[in-house]
Amino acid sequence: MNASAPTPRQTQGGVTLVSEAPPGLSGEGFFATSLSAAIGLARAKSMWPMPYATSCCGIEFMATAAPHYDLARFAMERFAYSPRQADLLMVMGTISKKLGPVLRSVYEQMAEPRWVLSVGACASSGGIFDTYSVLQGIDRIIPVDVYVPGCPPRPEQIIDGLLRVHELAMSESLRRRDTAEYQARLGYYGIA
Amino acid sequence: MANELQNLQEQVAAALGARCLKWEGGELPAVHVPPAEVYSVVRDLYDDAGLAFRFLTSLCGIHFTADATGDGEQLGLIYFLHDLPRNRRMRVKTVFPVAAAEVESITPIFASANWMEREAYDFYGIKFKNHPNLIRIFNIETMTVFPLRKDFPLEDRTRHDKNDPMFGR
Ligand code: SF4
Repeated sequence: MNASAPTPRQTQGGVTLVSEAPPGLSGEGFFATSLSAAIGLARAKSMWPMPYATSCCGIEFMATAAPHYDLARFAMERFAYSPRQADLLMVMGTISKKLGPVLRSVYEQMAEPRWVLSVGACASSGGIFDTYSVLQGIDRIIPVDVYVPGCPPRPEQIIDGLLRVHELAMSESLRRRDTAEYQARLGYYGIA
Repeated sequence: MANELQNLQEQVAAALGARCLKWEGGELPAVHVPPAEVYSVVRDLYDDAGLAFRFLTSLCGIHFTADATGDGEQLGLIYFLHDLPRNRRMRVKTVFPVAAAEVESITPIFASANWMEREAYDFYGIKFKNHPNLIRIFNIETMTVFPLRKDFPLEDRTRHDKNDPMFGR
């Protein structure tokens, strides 16, 4: 693109287009795309997490939240201890089968858009607790967006998982909840 | 120490009479009693001024396979009692066939037995007569099995990520 060239203006469908806009961002839909990118950015950079810390992985999360690793850098200064105000459910630790319905009702109370981060082997697959009392992965009862492996994962890994949730928030459709795929996923879990 | 234990054995034998089936010595002695007499035994150990076992440290269930007993599968209960004034401990043991797994609740004597008996019920399916609230305590209410019985597979049957011919189970 030539910056020194005069700004030619075109009209298309009654909308004035700015021709020096970068490729892919000009033409109709330019404003809509920008808006969704802006909202996605806003969502990612002001995500209120709800920590659901039940065991050792929860301790690792506390280290992540403490000043050394400092979750506040990622605009997560404030934890929402109410599912109604939370955007991100962070499940960290062993979920027993008895706790399953509780976790599920926490998820059901969250407002859209909502994301779920499953931290550690236990939350993701049951981990070392291959036994009758432990839920073999929270994805048996609620949908999960990002899994963080490890027993326990290092704080860096938890932060990496978080950043991937941020990426999802920035790249997915603003109304993910309306997509057929998402609806099918919720339907699979029987969540209305 | 040996003398004290000897005294304890004699005192318990005198207090329980024929209900004392067998005495197990050692640092933490145990008296074996018939299942129908558990309540009266714990009551007498509590009331007897010379024994005064008035603290229930713990209570747990136990399961013996047919191989272990040579006499059919058995369930059992072990009560850990403490005589606080003299600082003596002892156990009361009882075993019964799985089909007749019911004993009298000792909650009228020790209120703390309430949750412990629920635990024994939860994990072994031992029923307690006259228990005020005999429901599961640790496991999810919808569970239908008694997971600490030895015929119950410990590993979760619904787990699929270990289905591997070389490295799985
Ligand atoms: S994955 Fe490991 S560290 Fe995390 S909760 Fe399970 S056992 Fe604890």
